[in-house]
Formats: sequence, C-alpha cells, structure tokens
Amino acid sequence: MAYKIKASDCTACGACEAECPNNAISFKKGAYAIDPATCTECKGQFSSPQCASVCPADCCVPA
Amino acid sequence: MGNVISLDSILGLGELKAPADTPAPAAASGCASSSCGSSDGPADMDPAVWEKVKNHPCYSEEAHHYFARMHVAVAPACNIQCNYCNRKYDCSNESRPGVVSEKLTPEQAIRKIMAVSAEIPQLSVIGIAGPGDSLAAGGKNTFKTFEMLQKKAPDLKLCLSTNGLALPDHVDTIAQYNIDHVTITINMVDPEVGQHIYPWIFHDHKRWTGLDAAKILHERQMLGLEMLTSRGILVKVNSVMIPGINDEHLMDVNKAVKARGAFLHNIMPLISDPAHGTHFGLTGQRGPTAQELKVLQDQCEGGAKLMRHCRQCRADAVGLLGEDRGSEFTIDRIDAMEEIDYDREAARTYREHVEAERAERHASKAAAQADVAETVGTAVDPILIAVATKGGERINEHFGHAKEFQIYEVGPKGAKFVGHRRVDQYCEGGSGDEDALDTVLSAINDCTAVFVAKVGGCPSKKLQAAGIEPVDRFAFEYIEESALTYFKDYAERLGQGAVNARAGQDAVIRTGAFTAKRA
Repeated sequence: MAYKIKASDCTACGACEAECPNNAISFKKGAYAIDPATCTECKGQFSSPQCASVCPADCCVPA
Repeated sequence: MGNVISLDSILGLGELKAPADTPAPAAASGCASSSCGSSDGPADMDPAVWEKVKNHPCYSEEAHHYFARMHVAVAPACNIQCNYCNRKYDCSNESRPGVVSEKLTPEQAIRKIMAVSAEIPQLSVIGIAGPGDSLAAGGKNTFKTFEMLQKKAPDLKLCLSTNGLALPDHVDTIAQYNIDHVTITINMVDPEVGQHIYPWIFHDHKRWTGLDAAKILHERQMLGLEMLTSRGILVKVNSVMIPGINDEHLMDVNKAVKARGAFLHNIMPLISDPAHGTHFGLTGQRGPTAQELKVLQDQCEGGAKLMRHCRQCRADAVGLLGEDRGSEFTIDRIDAMEEIDYDREAARTYREHVEAERAERHASKAAAQADVAETVGTAVDPILIAVATKGGERINEHFGHAKEFQIYEVGPKGAKFVGHRRVDQYCEGGSGDEDALDTVLSAINDCTAVFVAKVGGCPSKKLQAAGIEPVDRFAFEYIEESALTYFKDYAERLGQGAVNARAGQDAVIRTGAFTAKRA
C-alpha cells in the first residue's frame, strides 16, 4: 500500500517531502513523486499519512 | 555638500533642489521635536531601536521613501490554510502576498541578491516571506539562505515573515543568524474569530480544523511573539482586515500585541477577487473601503504603533516599496551572469547622502509645522492630500505617470503619511485614457488636493470638477513641508469662504491585477 501525488494538482511546494517519515518523497524531473516501495502510508507511525495532511492542494492520495 | 554624490545621479529622481523656504538647520528655532536638527529619530523611540529601523523600508515610514527591499522566494511550503490565500494561483501580473513567478533554491537566491545589490544601491533589506511560510518545512531553505548571506553581505539586514505556528521552535535559530526583524501575521486573538479565517493547520503531525486549529495557532503566535520580544528582536504584526469577520476585533489584536512588545502593527485590507480562487474570493467576501481602513487605523492609534505604508508586496518583490523590479532579475538572466563581486561602494555613498538629507529635513519639517501651529491655530480640521512621487519624499512624478498616490494627512498638528492608493496608469503612451482617470478619481476621492510634478489640462479640469484641487506649484519639493505650506493657504481660503471643506467622502481600494513597474 502506498500514496501517490496527482501531478496535475501539485504546486511543487515541497511541504510533503519535509514531513515524510520514510524519506519516500523526492523531487525528480520537475515534479515531486512518492516511492511506492518505501511509502508506508505512515501506518504505525502517525494517525494519518503526513503528506496528505500537510498538502495545501490535497493532491496526495492512495495509489 | 560639494563632495557628496547627488541623489539624482544615483536615483534618476529628476531635479534635486532644496525647498525654497528651508531654513538652515542651525537657524531653526521654535522647534517642537527633540529630533530637530539631527537624525536621531523620533523622540518617542529608543535610539538603539532607531538604529535598527532607520534604513528598513518596512519598519520605518521615513525609510520607505529612501530604501529598497528584496524578497527571495525560497520558502514555497506552508503549514496552514488561510481563507484569503490560494496557493495554486500564480500570475505575473498579480501584486499580493503569496504570489511569485519563480521559486528559488538558496543558492539561486544568493546569486540574485548579489545581482540586485550591484544594481540597486538603495537595497538595505533581504526578506523571506514565502510564498508559503518561511518557517514551514523546518525553515530549512530560509536558514540556509540567511547563513550564506550573512557571510557574503553582512551589511544587509535580514528579516522574515511567518504565520507564527512554527515560530516558537525557531526563535533560537532566528537569534543566531542576527535576524532582528520578524513579521507575524496575526488576524485574531480569539479562536471564535479565528475559525472563520483558518480552515485548517498542520501541527504536531496532525491536521487540525475549526476551533481547535484556531486555538493552537493563537497560542503559538502569542508564545512566539513573547519569545522574540524578550530577546530584543523587533516584531511587526500584520493583520488582514476582513469586514464583518475581524474588523472591530483588530482593536483587541492591537492591544494584545502591544502588551507583548510588538514594535509595529500593520493593518492591511483584504485582497479578494473571485478570479484568485480563494475561499473569500469565491464566497464574495468584500475588502474594506479606504475610509473604513483609515478609521480602524485611527482607532488603534495610541496602542501598538501603526504601519500605514505597506504595499502588500509579492514574495519575490524587488525595489522601493510601491515599485517592483523583480522582472528585471529572472533566474535565466542571473544564471547567465558571470560571478558577481559584492561591491557596495555606491550603497555606502547613498546612505551617507540620505543621513545628511534627513538631518536637514527634520529641521525644515519642524519649522514648517511651527509656522502652521502659530498662524492657523487648532480650529481647522485636517485634510487629506494625494501625492504623485517616485521616491525621496519629493513631489516628483507626473499625474499621468503615477502608479500609486501617497496619502498625507495635514492639519494643525503637522503632516503625516497615512496611506497609499494604487491606480492604473492613467497615461499610456502619451494619450490619456478616460476610464483610467475615473479609477484615479475614485481612488483619491477623499482628498482635498493632489500634488504633482506636472498635470495635463484635461485631467486638471476633471479633478477640479470632482472637487480635488490639482497642485503643481510644489513640483520637485519635499512633500511634508509643501503640504504644510498648502494647509496654511487652505486655512486662509477656508476662513474667507473661498473654498469648502471636503468631509465625509470615501475612496476605493484597488486590488485587481497590477504590478507596479519602474517607468
């Protein structure tokens, strides 16, 4: 299970990258992306996925 | 003054001359202010504080006529949502906080600062104001930029702007980098009010909404403010005036922030337009009129000192307040430049010149004020005057070229800057535009006169028909002294019944798409 970033709504502000406890988010080729192999949806870490909670554009969603 | 470089040669401000009736500083008698004949700053200000703010355009009204600021947009992330902000929106023609054309890495920001400082000797301040929150995402880019900058350009003042949510976590770092000016946006001191302004915040790994969100934000803002002021860091509080939501409440905000040591309170009008896609824009929430804003500001006088010269500039603005030269310094252009040496010789010369001019000005203003107090007395109500200026606190702009008018209130107690009004450029390529003239008239409708370097015959007639006297006889002279001279004459004409008092008029605050560019 992992989250993804809807590129069409992303403003590339980077708030999600700073909050991700797994360092699963990176900026590549002009856009932020979540590595599905390292994303845990923050299960067992926080009460909600951190990227989705901080995103101003609500573009971090279940993959 | 023979060995001092003229302000004109640096600024291109047009003809530079002393006001005709300026007495020599030593000869100024009957001077009411303790700052008379010196550049010590206002009588009610600690000299150490004056030293910090005197060249900061945002913290000193006087300085904003002389000095330029630059915002570097290295902080795109935010940790709260405000109903007046839409972070998806980005437009090069838009002048309001939260909007930028390019985001910069800290390294790009340093190169841009080097390029701007080489071309703009008035530059005195580097600020980080977003476009998100400078302290969100751990404040990483913000502090990295300031760390590099402190080594490269120690004469530039550093400041940052924040919503305050993350502030208590970063106060030690702020002090460590000698950031001695911090702006906190505080729109409420009561969560009941706050819940209508902030739909959510992200704090302690959780998204909070409603009353809980507003309560946490309020507590963090007050804590951060107290922590900063107890360390001697100057704090300016920005508040957005939202009619029907927090307008009267801002008087409580003023008292609360004054009690916690805020240096300056800046009440700004809500910028709201459906095209911006903000919550308030879409729900039709209106901004205040010019008089509503001024009345609230006047009611807060006596509390925390008010800032009235804010231009609500973009998070990548460059230049004097009221102008934006950001488009001259794009990433592409800066990346193409060779290594830029940090040379501030012109800036040093400019600062010396400003120091000397200010000392003279403090004396000439006091003399003009004493003259009015003596001849007019206190029976005449103050009036508003709109001024076309491009800096240096002089009347040095043509009516048709003005991108904004500065508003001065002048009366028996003296002349003071009370605000500014943005306008469309009336004159585009030599021919006047009727609609644009109407825009100007509605923006300065509460003014008795408009001071200009020059004005054409047609707009002059229209102004007179609207009851606003066009005045070009003070062209290129200092604003405050000219305003006092005009007021003396106005009081005399009023006494003779030759002119009517202009009371009860209001004006429109223009907030549409517009970027003030250097002419």
